[in-house]
Amino acid sequence: METTVSKKTERMVGKPIRRREDPRLITGTATYVEDIELPGMHYAAVVRSPHPAANIKGIDTREAEQHPGVVAVYTGKDIDHLGAVPCAISLPDLRIPHHHLLAQDRVYYVGHPVAVVVASDRYVAADAVDLVEVEYEPTDSVSEPEEALQDGAPAVHAEWPDNVAFTHDQAGGDVEKAFAEADVIVKERIVSQRLAPSAMEPRGTVASWNSGDETLTVYSSTQIPHILRLLMSGVLGLPEHKLRVIAPEVGGGFGSKCELYPEEALTAFIAMKIGKPVKWVLTRRDEFLATIHGRGHVDYYELAAKKDGTMLGLKVKIIQDVGSFHMLLTPAMPTLSVLMLPGLYRFKNVDAKVVGVFTHRMATDLYRGAGRPEATHGIERMVEVLAAELGMDPVELRKKNFVPPSDFPYDTPMGVSYDSGNYAAILDKAVETVGYSQLRQEQQEGRQQGRLMGIGIATYGEICAFGPSPALPAGGWESATVKIEPSGNVTVMTGVSPHGQGTQTTFSQIAADELGVDIDSISVAHGDTSTVQHGVGTFGSRNTSVGGTALVLAIRELKEKIETYGAFLLESDDVTYAEGVCTCNKTGKTVPLAEIAPKSWFGPTFPPNTQPGLIATNYWEPPNFAFPFGAHIVVSEVDPDTGEVAIKRYLAVDDCGKVINPLLVDGQVHGGVAQGLGQALYEQVVYDDTGQLVTGEYMDYALPKAAMVPTIETDRTETPSPVNPLGVKGVGEAGTIAASPAVVNSVVDALSHLGVRHIDMPLTPEKIWKLVQQGGSA
Amino acid sequence: MIPQEFNYSRPGTVQEAVDLLADGEAKVLAGGMSLIPLMKLRLSAPEHVVDLGRIADLTRIAEEGGSLHLGALLTHHQVATSALVQEKCPLLAETAAHIGDSQVRNMGTLGGSAAHADPAADYPAALCALEAKVRLVRKGSERVVDIGDFFVDALTTAVEPEEIISDLILPVEESGTGVSYQKLRQPASGFAIVGVAARVRTSGGRITMARVGVTGLSATAYRATGVEALLEGSEGSQADVAKAAAAVDEGVDAISDLHASSDYRRSVARVYTARAIQAAL
Repeated sequence: METTVSKKTERMVGKPIRRREDPRLITGTATYVEDIELPGMHYAAVVRSPHPAANIKGIDTREAEQHPGVVAVYTGKDIDHLGAVPCAISLPDLRIPHHHLLAQDRVYYVGHPVAVVVASDRYVAADAVDLVEVEYEPTDSVSEPEEALQDGAPAVHAEWPDNVAFTHDQAGGDVEKAFAEADVIVKERIVSQRLAPSAMEPRGTVASWNSGDETLTVYSSTQIPHILRLLMSGVLGLPEHKLRVIAPEVGGGFGSKCELYPEEALTAFIAMKIGKPVKWVLTRRDEFLATIHGRGHVDYYELAAKKDGTMLGLKVKIIQDVGSFHMLLTPAMPTLSVLMLPGLYRFKNVDAKVVGVFTHRMATDLYRGAGRPEATHGIERMVEVLAAELGMDPVELRKKNFVPPSDFPYDTPMGVSYDSGNYAAILDKAVETVGYSQLRQEQQEGRQQGRLMGIGIATYGEICAFGPSPALPAGGWESATVKIEPSGNVTVMTGVSPHGQGTQTTFSQIAADELGVDIDSISVAHGDTSTVQHGVGTFGSRNTSVGGTALVLAIRELKEKIETYGAFLLESDDVTYAEGVCTCNKTGKTVPLAEIAPKSWFGPTFPPNTQPGLIATNYWEPPNFAFPFGAHIVVSEVDPDTGEVAIKRYLAVDDCGKVINPLLVDGQVHGGVAQGLGQALYEQVVYDDTGQLVTGEYMDYALPKAAMVPTIETDRTETPSPVNPLGVKGVGEAGTIAASPAVVNSVVDALSHLGVRHIDMPLTPEKIWKLVQQGGSA
Repeated sequence: MIPQEFNYSRPGTVQEAVDLLADGEAKVLAGGMSLIPLMKLRLSAPEHVVDLGRIADLTRIAEEGGSLHLGALLTHHQVATSALVQEKCPLLAETAAHIGDSQVRNMGTLGGSAAHADPAADYPAALCALEAKVRLVRKGSERVVDIGDFFVDALTTAVEPEEIISDLILPVEESGTGVSYQKLRQPASGFAIVGVAARVRTSGGRITMARVGVTGLSATAYRATGVEALLEGSEGSQADVAKAAAAVDEGVDAISDLHASSDYRRSVARVYTARAIQAAL
């Protein structure tokens, strides 16, 4: 056993150290669901609907069942006693169709699970999928949400012929008065297209049933192992204490693994049914078909302002494409948008009307940013439209309307309270760094030579650090346990479930500083409901702000106990613990943690009224969200002959509060920007008129590749959040939120002298080319 | 990958390969960049796959009798980085460097790309501009096909099921010839929405030879002979080039798909044809 722990010499928080996760990820020694092999493993494969809407007239499983190696085939009737795929959101008008694990008498989207085949070999299982004969009677389908709202559109669910899944109205201030007082009102229809979250690791589950003690172990590629356990318990009717969920290495999620998917529960059901471990892993094609999509908004904006640029009020109608069923948080996506509609601006009058619409498509739900990119894209586009209308510089217009630093905490008309910020300062920094005025001059000169250069600005505010429990369906707190092992080494168990964020690294940095021990003496565990205390999970940029705070508070509690032991060992009543050592404040005598630790566990004597061992657990409930912000500036150039867009510069200046690890913050910004840029220029989930998914492979779904992403210049301001003791805000989604408006604003700016005011994403060369050909009129 | 069951053979020589193909029932695997995805999606389910990947004879690069002979199994990376290809047939090396990404260039092959005949593949534009010849070998015989007769339709070539491409025969570029391959990439796949390969030779201030190959615009790659005719004999001024490039889509049935309409493809083809010629001049 390692018995000495080197004393800490330097502060870790703020250092750009490399990820402690990297060696296993880079050398292929991480264990993903696909890597898990259990004795007697069986394999499940799902039969999916080829139709967007059809009645199931019959299913013949006989040939599949007789196929050598096939153990069982299950269809809707076999699972109709199980619970539904859950939706955890409540809204007054919410309509929740019963979402069975397998289709019953109808299918509602291409990819809808209809049956599941189980075999002793995964190749056999895949072959047998083709042997299940399903007789379909196709019916009319509807793909586009605005079409679904029209009279006479096919009803997705017969009981709700208007296809309205929910409505949600929220208003603040007096918007009618604001509009009556306005000198100018600008209007735009703005689409945030459907996107595929595209985690590198597809979804997958392994389930193993122990019939002796009637316990089920589920390994799943999930962001929420503890919540998944609760949800799965409800669906299967198996109490939680009989159920262990493990999130092994998870290769990304971007929100798409914050669910209980039908296949996860089916895999568990089958394992219980056949008494053998079962593995199911999605193919990439099925990932496109049957993993939630993000965005899917059609929004109608009206912004009212005075001639001098003072913004007065905003009216927004949001049409959210729900798909055919709600997943866990689907209805919360547009309501999250609503919270961030005013952006960084101080106008108090907002009227938002949301309608969620059923369509014959896969469900939408969380995808990096989750509702906030749509809102930011909307307001940041509208500010540009207003600037063009008024002939004002977009930088000046923004600065005129920003919430000033003196107003924090700032209560917005949407009922949230921005914690801290200095918006003008970050925009000034970005403008200065990029050389804004020279760029404007270059743009003018270029135009005379026929060059189409654009400068795009986007400022954003983000609601993250989710969040206070009233805002979440299953608690918004987070947990941490810190244990000093007998050797003096440190085990941290966190309730969050990182899957690429580098949280093992940042939490090690935090713990190293708080405890004053060497970072190599710390390990961070997560993701196993049997070994880690209850937790909530990883989403909404909450790991460090909420989980990290629980960690800090657990350590602070633990330090008191260390001092109790230190005092006992030093025979003192006045000791202080710092930098790995307890010091008697009277005598100056010291005892190191490495000596306190074994004595805390093994004694032989213990301080009075003190339990053996050094271990502490904290559950921290945040009092508020945190609100990061930033300013991104993009310089682009449009090829007038072909409409191709070249990103010449990308500058991201972000404020995520206190920075734990600048390398990881930059990495989050880079990745986020790549995804936002992907939405702006390339990505779109396309269903054709007949409801078929056209972009079902990366041959057609244009995820940006490394060579398509420009060099990203990053910079920061640092405004600590008062919400948590670390002062951190969150940075997981910032890049994605800022990038799409920054890119689109730059391209619209490049074409603004042609009269172009708005272009919907993705900005394909053909779309741009047409605008140039037509002299700007779309 | 979970394909349907298939038999797999890995011959060590061309002779063994054509013996295995003699019944016309097997499917040839070269770099696997097209066949493997199709099998993965179960859109293709061959019963017998003959993998040419270990046949050393098929990766030959040789200059013989004024021509360059390139083995069908040369990867795009090998073609792009071969000093001999760069010197003797720079258009092909340049085109190879534009294909896919580095993973694809390390696996995909010259012959495989030609045989698959994807309407949006890069090589066919260059092969047309180069007036390449394709040597096809079958059990007991071989034949050489002109590139103009090779691409029959989308995904269809003159290669018979019992044949393999052994090598491609390309002209050694004469001095005074400029070449260029210009391409608008489909952002998802990296294939060409339109790709134009140009070879232009000038002498005494006039264009004496022009060859233009086009991919992506129609079901098969083709030589834009109308463009070539307008260029040859001209001075190659900007106006000459623009006028010639405007003929690139004459008589062509342009493709329309998710990524580009036929109108846009035509327009881009004209732009890229002019750019390729300008770059070659």
